[in-house]
Amino acid sequence: MSATLLLEQLINGLQLGTMLFLMASGLTLVFGVMGLINLAHGAFYMVGAYLTAAVTAASGSFLLGLAAGLSGAAAVGAVVELVVIRRLYHRPHLDQVLATFALILIFSEGTRWLFGSSPLWLNTPEWLAGHVPLPGGARYPLYRLVIIGVGIAVAVGLWWLITRTRLGMRVRAGESDREMIGALGIDISRLYTAVFALGAGLAGLAGALVGALQSVQVGMGEPVLILAFVVIVIGGIGSIKGALLGAVLVGVVDTLGRVFLPLAFRAVLPPAEATDVGAALASMLIYILMAVILAFKPRGLFAAHD
Amino acid sequence: MKQIARLGAGLLLAAGIATAHAEEDVRIGMITTLSGGGSHLGVDVRDAFLLAIEQSGREDIEVLVQDDARKPDLARSLANEFLQRDRVDIMTGIIWSNLAMAVVPSVVRQGTFYLSPNAGPSDLAGRMCHQNYFNVAYQNDNLHGAMGAWMREQGYQNPIILAPNYPAGTDALAGFKHLFEGEVAGELYTQLGQTDYAAEIAQIRASDADSLFFFLPGGMGISFMKQWAGSGVELPVFGAAFSFDEVLIKAVGEAAVGARNTSLWAHDLDNATNHAFVESFREAYGRTPTLYAAQGFDTANLILAALESAHPDDQDAFREALREADFDSVRGEFRFGPNHHPIQDVYVREVVMGEDGEPTNRLLGIAVEEIQDIYYPDCKM
Repeated sequence: MSATLLLEQLINGLQLGTMLFLMASGLTLVFGVMGLINLAHGAFYMVGAYLTAAVTAASGSFLLGLAAGLSGAAAVGAVVELVVIRRLYHRPHLDQVLATFALILIFSEGTRWLFGSSPLWLNTPEWLAGHVPLPGGARYPLYRLVIIGVGIAVAVGLWWLITRTRLGMRVRAGESDREMIGALGIDISRLYTAVFALGAGLAGLAGALVGALQSVQVGMGEPVLILAFVVIVIGGIGSIKGALLGAVLVGVVDTLGRVFLPLAFRAVLPPAEATDVGAALASMLIYILMAVILAFKPRGLFAAHD
Repeated sequence: MKQIARLGAGLLLAAGIATAHAEEDVRIGMITTLSGGGSHLGVDVRDAFLLAIEQSGREDIEVLVQDDARKPDLARSLANEFLQRDRVDIMTGIIWSNLAMAVVPSVVRQGTFYLSPNAGPSDLAGRMCHQNYFNVAYQNDNLHGAMGAWMREQGYQNPIILAPNYPAGTDALAGFKHLFEGEVAGELYTQLGQTDYAAEIAQIRASDADSLFFFLPGGMGISFMKQWAGSGVELPVFGAAFSFDEVLIKAVGEAAVGARNTSLWAHDLDNATNHAFVESFREAYGRTPTLYAAQGFDTANLILAALESAHPDDQDAFREALREADFDSVRGEFRFGPNHHPIQDVYVREVVMGEDGEPTNRLLGIAVEEIQDIYYPDCKM
């Protein structure tokens, strides 16, 4: 194990973390402001990736595709909020889970019906395909650094939106007292639609960015959704700051665990067993992390409602 | 009295359904994966199977198709429906080994024939083999083992190997090592369904391996190959056809070019049956068939050939006819071992850029001749 490998893996962890943050921030906003558990968040991730792949293939421009993925997912999110989600705010969480689970199935089969069951082709554009040299001789893909950059930009943008704008003020007000801001004459349903569309758009952006690295296929959102839920539980449900910290924590712990646990076990076990035990433990690591954090901070690191 | 009358009517009705199809008709039940992730495998098996039945021109064969959505419990209840309500004579179609393990043992125990067009878990080849179970595809280890043997022959000495941490993944690496017979530079296990491989790629870069062998089925392989191409690591890449079928490599794009993979069939394999198959499949469905399509096509033709000599109701005669495997396979030579699993040549293919600007597989040659699984000694039939 060398310092270069460690550095490279830290950047990998950071990149996974920023991608998770894009997913988790929307999820945590929707839960924090509207008290809604949205299992269909992964569907917007998939919608973003599919739209980006389709528009990129048609127009030849990745940026155009990215814009379509982001705005398309936000638009789909707004429509879903108006048609379905709106009816769920006053229902118990179990109803919300059932309804949004139904949305997952509808979106998955709808996408398959529209685009077919084969994965779509989407690659990183030529101008982002290069490498950046790291100290120690390794090279790091430029595209992954760009994802980190986008993630940081979104985090700063969200921070500005929440703390410095009128919309952000209403979001914060909505988090702390839903009935009161309605009583103060704020059009709460428009606020809800806007927040939901924002969350969906961010998920779409994550799907679009990651689609170029991974496979664009039906059901691609669900594995990420599970990680995003872990992130917001660790970070404290409803807190953007918590989502950011939780995402980076999960990203780094998951990546480093996958690499270094099998290596660490090799010191005490024969290689084959070390790989087995290490890999098994690595896949549990983030859940162990979640359990430990919840044991000490039952509401997560930065609980929004205290 | 009323109760008894109703019961009687019910029985009559049930008897009516059971004998609704004529005595000599053949009913085939196909349970396969047509929705959700990995559905292109099931779609290809179904399309090729139906194509073969259609080409036979036989009107007395009815194929019932159901989608298992890759869920073992659903596959099980569909199988029960086929057995009890539709009274099928033969079942086929399952893609995934875990689904096959949930369905096949009870189907064959109840006296129905099952022909596997894809899944080949080791248990069904060994201690749980059954006289009514036939595998027309491969035993799961075959392609990985063949690649191990071929890489050793090509002079690679220090491959690093990668697979997801689940039974088929660990079996794949064990199968590879069994025929590679040398030391490997390292073994990496990922989670099943993992989508980001930056950590694994960095480890491969840091190792002193001279080649990479991986088994990452479906979408996992697409993600890995794209990230691999973007990483700038330049090791030759090897795998089994499961990560390099015609559908997947088109989704990977140029990044797949140069990878070599083992397959029991190739679309440019030179025999008359295969030419006719590939041409008619392209004409019917507008795409190049995958190996899953080839397996589905062979499965149907094996059934058709056996039906020439016996009806499945005559179990012993029909089983004997299946064992003969007297049909023209798209892969050339085909015969069954004592455990009803194929003994067949495994080929090596290379992914090249096709004339239409999309990647496709090109046949390089034979990796291992007449490969047979290693579980048949455990099979007591």
